[in-house]
Amino acid sequence: MSNAATPAYGQIARDGLWDNNVVLAQALALCPLLAVTGTATNGLGMGLATTAVLAASGLLIALLRGLLTSAVRIPIFVLVIATLVTLVDLAMNAWLHDLHKVLGLFIPLIVTNCAILGRAESFAARQPALPAAFDGLMMGLGFTLVLVGLGAVREIIGSGTLFAGAPLLLGEAMAFLEVTLIPDYGGFLLAILPPGGFLVLGFLLAGKRLLDRRLAERQTRRPTVGAPRPSP
Amino acid sequence: MTGARDTGAGWRERISYQALLLGGFSLLAAALLTVGDLVTRDPIAARRAEDLQASLSQVLPPAIHDNDLLAAPLTLTDEAGRPRTVYRALRGLQVTGIAFRTSGLGYAGPIDILVGIDAEGRVLGARVLAHAETPGLGDKIEIARDDWILAFDGRSLGDPPLERWAVAKDEGDFDQFTGATITPRAVVDAIKGALLFFAAHRDTLTAAAVITEPAPEAPLPR
Ligand SMILES: Cc1cc2nc3c(=O)[nH]c(=O)nc-3n(C[C@H](O)[C@H](O)[C@H](O)COP(=O)(O)O)c2cc1C
Repeated sequence: MSNAATPAYGQIARDGLWDNNVVLAQALALCPLLAVTGTATNGLGMGLATTAVLAASGLLIALLRGLLTSAVRIPIFVLVIATLVTLVDLAMNAWLHDLHKVLGLFIPLIVTNCAILGRAESFAARQPALPAAFDGLMMGLGFTLVLVGLGAVREIIGSGTLFAGAPLLLGEAMAFLEVTLIPDYGGFLLAILPPGGFLVLGFLLAGKRLLDRRLAERQTRRPTVGAPRPSP
Repeated sequence: MTGARDTGAGWRERISYQALLLGGFSLLAAALLTVGDLVTRDPIAARRAEDLQASLSQVLPPAIHDNDLLAAPLTLTDEAGRPRTVYRALRGLQVTGIAFRTSGLGYAGPIDILVGIDAEGRVLGARVLAHAETPGLGDKIEIARDDWILAFDGRSLGDPPLERWAVAKDEGDFDQFTGATITPRAVVDAIKGALLFFAAHRDTLTAAAVITEPAPEAPLPR
């Protein structure tokens, strides 16, 4: 496997969280995304579980990269990821049972997350172990941000609550997160169903484009102050 | 490219290396999964038993029994010919309540429900164990989200009368949810079915327990 130059940690973080965000920039992982973001809490649970798998698979694949060849790398990535997810599922079921009852639903869905294979292929297979694990962590956190954001918007519009069920996931100490924003709200079913997920996702994608364009405009304008504008 | 690297790349491109690599990884994955399964099987079974114990204690109040609920369950055959495991609450040898799983067909598949019934045929409690209903619409049947399911406590086949064991929309006594009638209808039907099952097997179910050998630990239903 060819080794590309390793980006700085700051750049990896920026890429994962924003510039090259799994959902907002790469449009990957839409299946688990739309399936679980009916509430912010579920989004958070899915995000954390995926982050753990992304970081661990990045680390493992970077360690194994010396052995792999281009012809069989993809089946090996799939083997590694599926084995990892299954072992995590078993271990959580046995020793972190309460958490498993909440997250258990999402764990099999992680295998369907093509972003994990994507990062294995485009980053972990070409980089040393630590940057690869860090990349997994940051990509996972970027994914979590979108999951929670999308879940929050859909939950507010759909049921008028925010972080409903948070104590189930985070323990009673976090019960304060659970708020009813619109009392006696009949609910707006569309937002909770998958079509609503697509709609809200569309607005999120558009929002990121808009923000990026604003930022880019500001950046190109600043250094040219006083200098002659380059003709287009 | 140096000559050394070329020969280095040579053996890696050979088909036998690739086959061995893939085969080796598959073997390793299979071995890891086998070990994982062996190591976690007993703890997972123990956790499942604790879960069942916890659910049972919600539908068979600790005050009415002094036995271990998971010990020596009865196995009966239901009307469809499937085995049904019945857990008994005993005080001494007297049956004070029973509990078993039942299920109804909801909007998105089966809804698993655990029902506890006292010796007089009144519902002690019902809890939904698993379902796939639409979040925010059909999931109010979970005790964690709504106390709708408590409406069954203390009800029996005569209270309300049999024909009123239905949701309000079907002229029954139980509330449906706004925009969701199918889910509560399925739960009401399932609990009514459980009471009918109890009525049909009342004598067997409430016969004083015969404690023989402490039965070799019965396998837990999954
Ligand atoms: C996508 C979708 C999901 C639904 N999920 C449920 C559900 O989980 N439980 C339910 O009772 N009704 C659900 N409904 C509504 C039912 O289709 C039905 O309209 C509702 O139960 C009212 O039934 P009724 O017309 O007999 O009163 C859903 C509807 C849609 C379009």
